[in-house]
Amino acid sequence: MTYKIVESNCTGCSACEPECPNKAISETKDGLFIIDPNKCTECIGHHDEAQCVAVCPIDKTCIIDTSFPRYQAA
Amino acid sequence: MLNELNIEVSTPPPDLDAVLQQVAEHKGCGTEGGSGKASCGSGAGENDLPQEIWDKVKNHPCYSEEAHHHYARMHVAVAPACNIQCNYCNRKYDCANESRPGVVSEKLSPETAAKKVLAVASTIPQMTVLGIAGPGDPLANPEKTFKTFELIAKTAPDIKLCVSTNGLALPDHVEELSKYNIDHVTITINMIDPEVGAKIYPWVYYKKKRYTGVEAAKILTDRQLLGLEMLTERGILSKINSVMIPGVNDKHLVEVNKAVKSRGAFLHNIMPLISAPEHGTVFGLTGQRGPTAQELKALQDSCEGEMNMMRHCRQCRADAVGLLGEDRSAEFTTDKIMEMEVSYDLESRKAYQDAVEIERLAVSAAKKSEMETLAGEHSDISMLIAVATKGGGKVNEHFGHANEFQVYELTTGGAKFVGHRRVDLYCQGGYGEEESLSTVIRAINDCHAVFVAKIGGCPKNDLKTAGIDPVDQYAGEFIEQSAIAYFKAYLDKVKSGEIEHVVRGDAQIRQGALMASSAA
Ligand code: SF4
Ligand code: SF4
Repeated sequence: MTYKIVESNCTGCSACEPECPNKAISETKDGLFIIDPNKCTECIGHHDEAQCVAVCPIDKTCIIDTSFPRYQAA
Repeated sequence: MLNELNIEVSTPPPDLDAVLQQVAEHKGCGTEGGSGKASCGSGAGENDLPQEIWDKVKNHPCYSEEAHHHYARMHVAVAPACNIQCNYCNRKYDCANESRPGVVSEKLSPETAAKKVLAVASTIPQMTVLGIAGPGDPLANPEKTFKTFELIAKTAPDIKLCVSTNGLALPDHVEELSKYNIDHVTITINMIDPEVGAKIYPWVYYKKKRYTGVEAAKILTDRQLLGLEMLTERGILSKINSVMIPGVNDKHLVEVNKAVKSRGAFLHNIMPLISAPEHGTVFGLTGQRGPTAQELKALQDSCEGEMNMMRHCRQCRADAVGLLGEDRSAEFTTDKIMEMEVSYDLESRKAYQDAVEIERLAVSAAKKSEMETLAGEHSDISMLIAVATKGGGKVNEHFGHANEFQVYELTTGGAKFVGHRRVDLYCQGGYGEEESLSTVIRAINDCHAVFVAKIGGCPKNDLKTAGIDPVDQYAGEFIEQSAIAYFKAYLDKVKSGEIEHVVRGDAQIRQGALMASSAA
């Protein structure tokens, strides 16, 4: 699995972007933010909490994307 | 006199520690009044502060109401990210009064922000102060904030820089702040007791973890006070903002006042919570009310014996541009800035500012001579008056055009600025004249009189019915001089038995919503 950002909730505040240990988060041309599922490791191996979830001011905005398989630490 | 006007944004004098200590010990301004108290009521007045500090802040519109008549500030938002959550803040929209859902105030890159500042400063010579504040916390995204300051310091060294923060990340950046020659820092401190803090802050994000409840508030208050101490150690001036939340921290703010004073803060600005369900904030939704005008003034008065209080904060929108209540931000949208040829002319800005100083001297001279007529008078009577002004220290705005009224307290000690009331109707929309008049009356209901440049017959009669004296005889004249003359005449009438002095009721506070945790 990976995390994803619920577009309709995101305020574009950019708080999550610098916190991601994998540089998986980037700004879209609309000024909102998205997570690259190929880079997101759910913060496993880096932090106890998913950083984007911990810092995001809007609840239920950074959520698990179940359409991807669970991340496996290499 | 004029050569003293250069405000250095440079390393503070070596003895600033001593000065800060003096400030901390300084007792706030009383009502003894006298000459030169031109801006006493705003908290930062010539006689209230040590000369070194006064020289630093006297042209800063956020510190001195009197300066706000002549100088403008602007804010830019480069870093909307925040590291804490406040119950009075709705992170989705930055101004509930104007919220068109989904519209947050423009996020600028440091380069665009710097260009905007230069564009504004070369168009408006009064623009002397740049603040980086909310939405968000500038130190939650320090790279962008410092980049912006660096770019501006290079081209426009005469512009003073200030930064507003919730304090969580402050200790990590004090060192860097001192490098950038930023000499004004505002910290929003709403509590020093984590139990109180838990009712204001749902969580903080600190060292890669989210903390909640009392634990979160404990981290926050420790970091805020540490940051304040570090600023004081390095001679960086710090102002404290507090949001007064009745039933949550109102009584506690007296403790906060003592704590920040003992750590060297030079000014304390207690602002009312502005709360309504449509703001979508936690407090708005739970029905937490804001203070009334009398409650706010009583708290400010009780802290004033302790240190300088700031009473003129307008809780401006983060991207507002202009003098007093005016907002010229529409002239400086990103599209327009990008097309502008900006040439920054230090010389002409200096010439303008010199002219302003001459006008300011005239204002204080006029007040001084009027005060002499009150010499020897003693009376327990005090009253508030509301003044319609568009700047320059004069009664020069029409009643119907006023977006706000400045409120002065008159005693035999003189005229003292105590705050202002916003009456603009942009956030109501579509109401008729009757409603707007009653809004005004509610907002200045604690005043005995309203000074205006001009007023129509209808509102005049309605004001009289409400017990507020509409005064247009001082049109175009200096505010404080006129106020003292009016008060003198009032006292004479009371003495002769022509009128009876009655105490006025309370008034309603209507200001812009306070949205970002670090409202400047
Ligand atoms: S869960 Fe961690 S790795 Fe994945 S996007 Fe969020 S911060 Fe980045
Ligand atoms: S922290 Fe949340 S609201 Fe802010 S940009 Fe990231 S996903 Fe959007």
